[in-house]
Amino acid sequence: MFVINCPYCGEREQSEFKAGGEAHIVRPKQPTELSDDQWAEYLFMRKNIKGIQFERWVHTHGCRKWFNVVRDTSNDMIKAVYKMGEKPPTK
Amino acid sequence: MKNKYSFFSLVKNAFSYHENWEKAWKDPEPKKEYDAIIIGGGGHGLATAYYLAKKHDMKNIAVVEKGWIGGGNTGRNTTIIRSNYLWDASAGLYDHALKIWEGLSQELNYNVMFSQRGVMNLAHNLQDVRDLKRRTHANRLNGIDAVYLNTEQVKKFCPIINTSPDIRYPVLGGTLQRRAGTARHDAVAWGYARGADEMGVDIIQNCEVKGIKRNGDRVEGIETTKGFIKTKKLGVVAAGHSSVIANMAGLKLPLESKPLQALVSEPVKPIIDTVVMSNAVHAYVSQSDKGELVIGAGTDDYVSYSQKGSHDIVEGTLNAILELYPIFSRMRMLRQWGGIVDICPDASPIISKTSVKGIYFNCGWGTGGFKATPGSGDLFAHTIANDEPHKLNAAFNINRFVSGDLVDEHGAAAVAH
Repeated sequence: MFVINCPYCGEREQSEFKAGGEAHIVRPKQPTELSDDQWAEYLFMRKNIKGIQFERWVHTHGCRKWFNVVRDTSNDMIKAVYKMGEKPPTK
Repeated sequence: MKNKYSFFSLVKNAFSYHENWEKAWKDPEPKKEYDAIIIGGGGHGLATAYYLAKKHDMKNIAVVEKGWIGGGNTGRNTTIIRSNYLWDASAGLYDHALKIWEGLSQELNYNVMFSQRGVMNLAHNLQDVRDLKRRTHANRLNGIDAVYLNTEQVKKFCPIINTSPDIRYPVLGGTLQRRAGTARHDAVAWGYARGADEMGVDIIQNCEVKGIKRNGDRVEGIETTKGFIKTKKLGVVAAGHSSVIANMAGLKLPLESKPLQALVSEPVKPIIDTVVMSNAVHAYVSQSDKGELVIGAGTDDYVSYSQKGSHDIVEGTLNAILELYPIFSRMRMLRQWGGIVDICPDASPIISKTSVKGIYFNCGWGTGGFKATPGSGDLFAHTIANDEPHKLNAAFNINRFVSGDLVDEHGAAAVAH
């Protein structure tokens, strides 16, 4: 249980949000040309990192907007929050 | 050869105030090389080592465990055992385990307190009723005992359930698997550890794996906090930390690790003599032999290795418990905990070879791995020893995520994952 700083609404309880999984998985540009292995990679394979993870969240019970979060999955500490389309922080 | 546990050994040891019991397993330092190494000393890992030694005549085996054996999810679950899964592949897998459970205490000479008290799954809406009836038929076609109960029969089987039509999610019926039940989770780990140790397996505790050494597409050994250990066959049974180990070997898995919570109440006199699970409202409850209510909650929806879940998940589960069992309204909860479970996209496990020769993974059991412990160990041992899956775990290979031949037990498996 933790607090997430929504870039649109400010700090709210995590239970107001829904997790959207790993961020920056790019949708294939030419889906018809993908091999089965590439589809599996895109659809199912996940880094599932223990440590700093880039992920997507949506403020379901608030503004209903999607955004990105950088979180340490070993202790749930949030390092950064940034909007969709923005470059992920490097530090 | 270990002394057999029996009534006589109990009496004999009583004379020395139970202070001279032989150690159930040794605490060895790792050798330089093993024929097979199992990463993870939980129930599944220890069972794998046990069956490798027993059925496949491999003697030079080690189990390496980061903490102490049975200290992870094996000691943190709600101990429910059942095999009433929808799909043929799952039914075969879980019923294989259930059949081993039925003779496990005798086989291990260790009382795992397997109790076939039945597991009842409730239906709360019309779709639940249809799904549960369909699953009952599917189970019976696969030779798995299952009956469908109407509301009155549910009430008769478990009288403390509130079957009033006025509650938010009324009980419209349920299924019952009488061969299902519970077992003592710690005893399962200890029994397999003792059995494996007796056959010469080295159980190495407090030994964390730090890296995996590969030579091209072949495994060479593991780097641990107790030094480098060489091996040709490496079985990984690391539950929530499977992806962490996979990353060390340069592999990627289709898993997400999430906290799953459970809680127990203060001990009370016998009140519920079965296991009742409810998918739609996500609450399941049974009573331990000590008298505590054992209550299972759901997973959080975000990846976390923190071993603590959110409060609102527990709150949601207790809301459902109280509506179904008003008699528990003044019970006090004793403790609550979270374990990290590795969830596959199709909520079915992976028991499989990988693209690296000699590395095998047994993971993705998600929220329901305990029930499969003996079967999982048996089939994984077969897969490691023969470098080929057994026909019962052939469907649970990692390539199903490429071929699309998934075993989709999400929702179908009688409980939400």
